[in-house]
Amino acid sequence: MADTAAALTVEEPLDLVRLSLDERIYVKLRGDRELRGRLHAYDQHLNMVLGEVEETITMVDVNDEVQTQSLRSVNRTVPMLFVRGDGVILVSPPSRAA
Amino acid sequence: MLFYSFFKTQVGQQVTVELKNDLAIQGVLESVDQFLNIKLRDIHVVDPERYPHMLSIKNCFIRGSVVRYVQLSPSTVDTALLQDAARREAQSTQQMNQAKPNVAQA
Repeated sequence: MADTAAALTVEEPLDLVRLSLDERIYVKLRGDRELRGRLHAYDQHLNMVLGEVEETITMVDVNDEVQTQSLRSVNRTVPMLFVRGDGVILVSPPSRAA
Repeated sequence: MLFYSFFKTQVGQQVTVELKNDLAIQGVLESVDQFLNIKLRDIHVVDPERYPHMLSIKNCFIRGSVVRYVQLSPSTVDTALLQDAARREAQSTQQMNQAKPNVAQA
């Protein structure tokens, strides 16, 4: 196979991630965490370096008195972040609405 | 080996390592190995009120598998170089994966 063609074709799932290099992506992580940021690097473990990252952590508040649960999300931004691949659940282009 | 090489370029830089148990440790990256185990020096815990232990610890070794994030200073990261390296890494691992089935057939 020609190396030049290999750079353009999608043969394995990770090729989709490769096409997202230098694009903003959405990453869902274990522990109800989500990231949105620009993909600068990744490897086969889905270790990643992201830039201009916005992290959203979703937590469930339980109110014992009225027996209700409410979702609360906390946001923070990190300019440059290495993410260890073992926490990654999915990688996707960010949704247009977000 | 992409991120091993990347972290080697970060040796001497101030980083914040966030662990899977939510403990965040800031310090100077002293060394890294192939498992992305990390040695930090001159450390302090980011939220000492929540984590009052470790106050007396100056240096530490962090097992790579317990790391969730490493926060880096963006000025020390050449993003264009990283993206090129990631493309090259993707191509070389793909070639390795294509070579394996042929070995199995032989």
